[in-house]
Amino acid sequence: MNSWNGRWTGILLLCLSALLFAGCAAPAAAPEAAAPADESAGETVKIGFMAAVTGGAAFLGEPEQEAALMVQAQLAEEGITGPDGEPIDVEIIMYDTEGSGDAAIPLAKKLIEDDQVAVIVGATRSPVSLALIPVIQEAKVPFISMASSSAIVEPVEERYWVFKTPQSNIHTAPWQVRYVKEQGIDKVASLYVNNAYGEDGRDAIRQAAEEAGVEIVLEETFESSDTDMTSQLTKVKASDAGALLVTGLPPAASILTKQFRELGLDMPLVHNHGIGMKPFIDLAGVENAEGVVFPIGKMIAVDSLADDDPQKAVLQGFIKDYEAFTGNPASTFAGHAWDGLQIALAAIKTMPAGLSLEEQRAYIRDAVENMEFVGTGGVFHFSPEDHVGLSPDDVVTVRIVDGEWQYFPPEDW
Amino acid sequence: MPDYGFGDYLQFVLSGLSTGSIYALVALGIVIIYSVTGIINLAQGEYTMLGAMFAVTFYKWGLPLPLAFAASVIVVILIGMLIERLTVKPVRSASPVTLIIITVGVSIIIRGVALLIWGATPYSLPEFTPGAPLTLFGAILSRQRLWIMGVTALVLALLYYLLERTLLGKALRACAINQTAASFMGVSPGQMSLLSFALSAALGAVAGIVIAPLTLVSYNMGLMLGLKGFVAAVIGGLVSAPGAVIGGLLLGVIESLSAGLISSGMKDAIAFLALFVVLLWRAEEVTPRLRSLLRRQSEVEG
Repeated sequence: MNSWNGRWTGILLLCLSALLFAGCAAPAAAPEAAAPADESAGETVKIGFMAAVTGGAAFLGEPEQEAALMVQAQLAEEGITGPDGEPIDVEIIMYDTEGSGDAAIPLAKKLIEDDQVAVIVGATRSPVSLALIPVIQEAKVPFISMASSSAIVEPVEERYWVFKTPQSNIHTAPWQVRYVKEQGIDKVASLYVNNAYGEDGRDAIRQAAEEAGVEIVLEETFESSDTDMTSQLTKVKASDAGALLVTGLPPAASILTKQFRELGLDMPLVHNHGIGMKPFIDLAGVENAEGVVFPIGKMIAVDSLADDDPQKAVLQGFIKDYEAFTGNPASTFAGHAWDGLQIALAAIKTMPAGLSLEEQRAYIRDAVENMEFVGTGGVFHFSPEDHVGLSPDDVVTVRIVDGEWQYFPPEDW
Repeated sequence: MPDYGFGDYLQFVLSGLSTGSIYALVALGIVIIYSVTGIINLAQGEYTMLGAMFAVTFYKWGLPLPLAFAASVIVVILIGMLIERLTVKPVRSASPVTLIIITVGVSIIIRGVALLIWGATPYSLPEFTPGAPLTLFGAILSRQRLWIMGVTALVLALLYYLLERTLLGKALRACAINQTAASFMGVSPGQMSLLSFALSAALGAVAGIVIAPLTLVSYNMGLMLGLKGFVAAVIGGLVSAPGAVIGGLLLGVIESLSAGLISSGMKDAIAFLALFVVLLWRAEEVTPRLRSLLRRQSEVEG
């Protein structure tokens, strides 16, 4: 009898692990490598690009990949030149991380060792970018992340080779707290997605709330794959919070918004910059998304920016190019990828010819660390102490009205 | 912990029951295929995704929602039958473990094809009857959740009628009880296997469509639902249809209560912990049934 028990428990465990395995082994799209350049030249500078083109984060990875394909097409057409005016051959090698750290690590090693890239831009989602850091630091390759968590670039002494382009939650959370404070609310609930991005948001909200004298009466998590947040929202309802601050991404953030309305919660719903894409509104439903306030980079408010804003021209150019190239509306996530690649290219443009691969990598890292760059995510002031180089001034608040984003500056609150 | 009233507890239970209804439908599909063919179909969750995706597609083509619902269920039934003919029938005599692994392969293929067809962006389906949610002793229940529970109850009633009151259902049950004897009586195990896949596909598709307005539809939604449905089926004893339903509802309520009362971060961990507890606790009860099934299968293979 016991041996039978063991056997069947074994088979069931096998099934369970097989299912989990099936989850991890999501279909891998063939890596879309660029056309191989003339190998004999040996002068090609290679950029590695990694996005989650498949998997649960594919709705972020796809626009990022499209931005990279656009940059690649522009490179093929226009090319870039070095400091001495000689054209530099640049190749972008693209791989699909499937949104998983387990898949991304071997790909990063492949980029570093086999493809011999000089710089890596990539890794959709904070947990995946974080998983790559030990590999990057050990291999001494500059890495520009397009994920948000501030842990990606902090502590900066342990992130010598790592930079990132999206605004951190410490740049956005103060806006969330400031907004609810202006509404006369001093008790809030904080819901965040249970991963590095969400935890980063939670910490940033804690810090901003403490500085503003706002009390966090409830903190709860949800999974990025969750489809039912009514339990957490019931908790919020039963608490004495006057507003709900959320750090999450669609689709979970959209479902949360839907169920927030379904339960009839009567308080301001303030999201974070993770919802800055049109699908958030489509998925939540126009009437459910109505009135949601969130902080985000200036791309969304581009038409409302002053003409002397240094970002205005860059943003308009990017939006026009992206929409012409892909036929899809531009998103801040595509912008994060574009910023990362443009920063890498800006460094490569100043790089003297004839450097070894190791010297190229060191040169690009140093160049980025001292760079001032006007991108879609803000005006980057990189420094040895700050590997993201943005500030709350690069963030604006937006409100959703009739299914559209509306610039919502403090004077309108 | 916040100060909960009766309405809040009721809220947890009601939310759990509606999510649990979906788990129950998926679990039922697993149980039907397992009973008739001895295969644990790990691709069961993919039927929910296909059902929801086709419903969204047909709805976008301009079909009214009820018609899109029906058309999608029919398409998914055909896909289920096709899968049976292409992947299970040719290797009928393979060992259960081989067949289980084949179903893993099938689920990966379905997900991959779905990604190619529909892309990675999630879709939404409108609620069946939009409108203000209902309030019940302080708990709030959206109309879609009522639909979920109502449709599940209706499907269960139909399934009960089919299995208990029709000749086809009797043949199916006969095949589940003793395949050799059933085939002596003129029941074709091959046809019953096909029927079990068709039924499971229909159950999965219905589950996917009714939950779509609440949770959105994406190509990878089937994975977690399949996993939870599998847990529910095991909690229910793997061969019992009522067991699968109770298992599904129980799992939904456990999840919802543990998110509300213990910790939202521990929700899934607690659900899987429940699986292990049940495996240990019910082993004595479940094992003899599994053993006779295994023996029967080896007789058939022999």
